This record gives sequence, structure tokens and C-alpha cells, in this order.
Amino acid sequence: MFPELNSILNSTPDSLKSSDFILVSDRQADASFLIHHYLSFYLRAGCKVCFLGLVQSFSHYSAVGQRLGVSLTQAREKGQLVFLEGLKDSIGALLQEESSQGTQPLSYLRSPAAGLKGLFRFVESSVRQNGGRDDGESWGPPVLLIDDLSVLLSLGVTVGAILDFTLYCQATVCSELQGNMVILVRCEEEDADDDEEGSNLLQRGLVHQCNLALHVEGLPTGYCRDIHGQMEVWWRQSGETMYNQRKIFHFKVYDKGASFFARGTSSAVL
Amino acid sequence: MAAPVRCMAGSTSIGNTTSFQKKTRSKLVSIPGTRPSVQNGQLLLSSGVSSLDYVIGGGLAVGTLILVEEDRYDSYSRMLLKYFLAEGVVCGHELFLASARDHPDEIMQELPSPIVDDVASLKIGEGQPQPSDPENPDTMKIAWRYQNQPRVQTALASSMRFGHYYDVSKTMEPELRQAAKCHSFYQLQETPVTTGSSLLPSPYQALLKSIQTVIRKEGFDGSTPQSKVRNVLRLGLHSLGSALWGDDVCCKDNPAHCHALTTFLYALRGLLRTSLSVAMVTVPSHLIQNRAVMGRIIRLSDTAIALESFRGSEKETNPLYKDYHGLLHVRQLPHLNCLSCEIPDTKDLAFKLKRKQFTIERLHLPPDLSETVSRVSKTEVAAGCGTTATGNKHLDF
Repeated sequence: MFPELNSILNSTPDSLKSSDFILVSDRQADASFLIHHYLSFYLRAGCKVCFLGLVQSFSHYSAVGQRLGVSLTQAREKGQLVFLEGLKDSIGALLQEESSQGTQPLSYLRSPAAGLKGLFRFVESSVRQNGGRDDGESWGPPVLLIDDLSVLLSLGVTVGAILDFTLYCQATVCSELQGNMVILVRCEEEDADDDEEGSNLLQRGLVHQCNLALHVEGLPTGYCRDIHGQMEVWWRQSGETMYNQRKIFHFKVYDKGASFFARGTSSAVL
Repeated sequence: MAAPVRCMAGSTSIGNTTSFQKKTRSKLVSIPGTRPSVQNGQLLLSSGVSSLDYVIGGGLAVGTLILVEEDRYDSYSRMLLKYFLAEGVVCGHELFLASARDHPDEIMQELPSPIVDDVASLKIGEGQPQPSDPENPDTMKIAWRYQNQPRVQTALASSMRFGHYYDVSKTMEPELRQAAKCHSFYQLQETPVTTGSSLLPSPYQALLKSIQTVIRKEGFDGSTPQSKVRNVLRLGLHSLGSALWGDDVCCKDNPAHCHALTTFLYALRGLLRTSLSVAMVTVPSHLIQNRAVMGRIIRLSDTAIALESFRGSEKETNPLYKDYHGLLHVRQLPHLNCLSCEIPDTKDLAFKLKRKQFTIERLHLPPDLSETVSRVSKTEVAAGCGTTATGNKHLDF
């Protein structure tokens, strides 16, 4: 959890907004540090988290989580965290001849044209499960975290199927169960011209659906060792504000966190 | 788990202020040719080129995939693959080599020969420990204190050093090469497997299955019991994506199987994460027209570098580049088990293949030595610094 990011977004683990759809995207940079932030944030807030880890293994997240102060193995044992090991189970799903019940969530690997129904059923069942905590209370509102959605494009799933999936998830998690969703999408350069089935189309479709968009890019002036990139925060117009808000920050990622500062105020410059 | 709790309780009862526990019990450190990373404790192995190890953050982490974008004539990327495999032979790792154009045995025969200080220890005939022979006048005189110690014998030439140097003008001796266990996959000799509902075209499917079989059979994923000594598997996959692999991503703008290579890389990375292996994949990226596919391929691998050789291009005669053979672009560095990765100083790197070393250096622009360059006068600087300095010479103390 990055305290500076919490103050930028006006949210703390104790007072989090519900029914939030947060889109984290990047273009030629790596925004996965924000996913680690949200994972530790929601685990600290006591929410029930369903994490679809499609590109890294569980031990990677758990190693980073330990540096950020949360224990993912404990959360998984207590039932607070449901983790789908997409990467490790993919080889089994691809190579085996008969389809068994165990690989239902990863059915898109064998037949990508069929869509993401299996994955949605997995998400729905884990989000609706109401296993209580040890002290008798139930967990907070459910949270769905996906890292990352654009890898499904590399596996042959169409943009339309992915957008359908996110719409179903939003209807279930955000509207019906008053929970939150955080999705990471990685994009290409803007000027890739044959882009009908591309990640840019996916990102535009998701920006249209979301409440809050965090877009991470490299610096427009080039590579810099001390400033790792810029992050653009975009809020959809809500009750109090009249218009959509947009702010840009520079950031630097450390071993145990990240610091965000206004443009031009990096410690390397001042 | 009881063990860590016990350790923690032990340290606090002694009253230590630090809970630092030195990792000594880790079994993985004892694999020859590997070392733990100083950054995040990952187990690293050398790619065979020590300057490349430095550029990618110390070495290749076990369980990851490095993507090498080939240069136009596939000369330097093939060289890197050979360095990678030669390093595996010298360290005693197991090898898996897959190629579609040249037979894997031909690639193995071209491996460069290692430059070693103690050539004698690499001969395979000395498998048994030899008794020390003080009467023989030819043996070297060693200090008397150590004369009766047993000699350290590395029976199968597995070296404990991290990173070796190779002589490109000589090929590796056949005995050394054959001591290493090498599995090969030659695409043109495989019988096509007809699987009904499969996403991947047949060559990739067969290759994936073959890799999975080797990993399972040799126990790299921990499935066989601990009686064997742990070892690392190095996979070298040559020119994936080219037409000989049955893939048309290099031939057409809108390929019919545009997801074949990306799905293969995804599944390969899943296999690598669950086993003690490292894969180096070379892809002829200069043939792939679709930039989006290339971007996806890069994101699906952990480390990605691209080689751009000057041969045949107009840069060959550019005086800026006259000392080098090509440029090296680091496209991606992985964040493994940590938030931030090793941030390189500079992204302008050039490489040079010399007989005994493949060097990668920062590309320096030559200094501007024309007369119109203004130089700060040294005397003004000296007078400004010293408060009581009366002289104007910059050599005043």
C-alpha cells in the first residue's frame, strides 16, 4: 500500500468507496506496481479478494506483499483471498486431451473463440462465497483484481468477449454486491494501425465503463533513471464534481513502495 | 510451520536486536554455476557472456525466459545461443536444444571452447581421485601442511565459477561436449501429431509436450524424489516464429495463426516457473510485420533484448560505430519477486564480438574536439575557490 497514492486518490483502507471500477493501464511501461498496491490495500481493509493472476505466479505476489506488509499465504488460508493460478495451470489446460472439471476457469485456453464464460463462473462463485472469518464476522465487500487482462488477447480471445466478461463482472461485483474491481490492461503504441482486435480498442472500451482510470506511461522527454514514469489519474464525474477530473503525477518505484510527486518536483531536480 | 517460529523465538530470547537470519540451509545454492542475486535472492545463472549478465542485472534468473530478437543474418543471436549452451556444458547443466533449420547436433558441434586456467581439471579421464604422489618429481611441490589433504576433484568438470570466457576461434572438444546431457528436438524429423481440438499448430504443440516430458522425467519440477543431485535445465529454442516452425507470423501481415507463438510462449513461461530451468528463445523479429504482435511477444517474456548488427547496413561505415559490430537494445527487464528492478544507467549499448570475449559497452559519443568549443578557463575556477589565493595559476595549492 502506498500512502502517497492513498492521499492522491482520497481513500484509505478504513474508508473505501464501494462500487468502484478502477482501470489501471500502461503504455510501454509497467504498471504492475499499482496492482500490488491495490492487493495490499484491499487485504488490509478486510475485503474478500478474488485475484486472477494470469501472468505471474502466487509466490511473486506473496514476496512483494511481504515487503508491503501483508501476508498472502495467511490470507489465502483464512479464506480472505482466492487466487487463480493462471500461468501455472495453463500448461495442463493446453496439453491435456480430455477436458475435465478442474480446468473450467481456463477453458479459454482450449477454445478461445467460445469466450470467457468459465472464467466468469469462477469469479462469481468465489465472490459470492460467504465463508466467515475466525471471529464470526464476514469479510467486507468483495473485490475482483485482474492481472492482466490484455494477455487474453495474446491467447486468442476476442476484444468483444473480454468486454462482455468485464461487463458481467461489473454487474455482479460492483452493482449487485457493492464491491470493487481493479483491472490491469497493457497497451501498445498509439499508432499501431491494424488495431481492430488490439489492446487499444480494449482499453478504450474499458475506460468507457470505469469510474477511475490510472494510466502509466514513460516520460514524454525520454528515459530517466530517477523518475520512472508519469501516471495520469482520471476520475469520472460523480455527484459532487461537475466535470471529469484529470491529474498527472510523476512517480518513482522503490523496493518497498513508490513515491508520487507533482511534475517537476522530483528530488533529483530540486 | 514450526521451524521459522522456533528460529524467531530463539533470536528474540537471546536478546538480539536484529532478526537477520542468514540463509544457509537453502539447497538451491549448491547447484554449480549458479549464485543468488544480491537484489532479491533469486537464483541466477550466467548466460555465457559476462557483460550481458551485467546488463540484465547479474544473470538469468532460474524459472525465466529470455527473448533475443535476432539480427538480420542471425549471426550474433546464434552466437549468443551458443554461448548460452556452452556455459551449460561447462557448468554441468542439462541442455535442451530445439531448432527447425539446422540440426541441433550441428549447433552443438559449433559451441565455442572455454578458456580455462586449469585445463587439466577438465579432462574427463580423471574421474577417480588420484592419490597424492610425493615421490614423483613431476608433481608440483605444495606446502607441506596441505600435502596430506584430499585433492578436490570435480569429477565431471562442473565448474563452481559463475561465468566463463570462451574462445570463438576454436570449437569445444567432443569429450567435454558429450559429457553434458543434451536433449534435442529437430522439427523436420518430428512426425506431425494430429490432435483434434488444439489451439497450437502441430510443431509448437509437439515442442511443448517434449519440453514437459523432459522436465517431468528428469525431475526438474521436483516430481522425482530428492535422491538425485539438483540441477538446472537450459533450453535453447532457435528461431521460433520462422516459417519452418509451421508459423506464418513472419510471412504475412495478418497471419492465420497469429496467436500460436504467443500462446506457446505463455505456456512455456508457465512451465519454466514451476521448474528449475531457464529458456533462451530467439525470434526473427525483423520479419514480423505486425508491431502489435512483437509487443505482445516481448511482454510475454521476462527479459528481452534485441540485437541490431551493422553488417550490410549504412551504419557499417559510420565513423561513430567503427569500433563495434552492432547495437544491443534492452527491451524489457523483469521485476521478479520485487517491486522495482535494476534500472540501467543508460540504454545506449553496443556490442563487439572479439575472439575471446563478447563485449557490450556503453556507446560513447566521441568528444567534440573542434576549435569552436568553449572551455571554461581553469584559472577563473581556481581563483574563485580559494579565498586567500593570490596566484592565478591553476596549479597553486
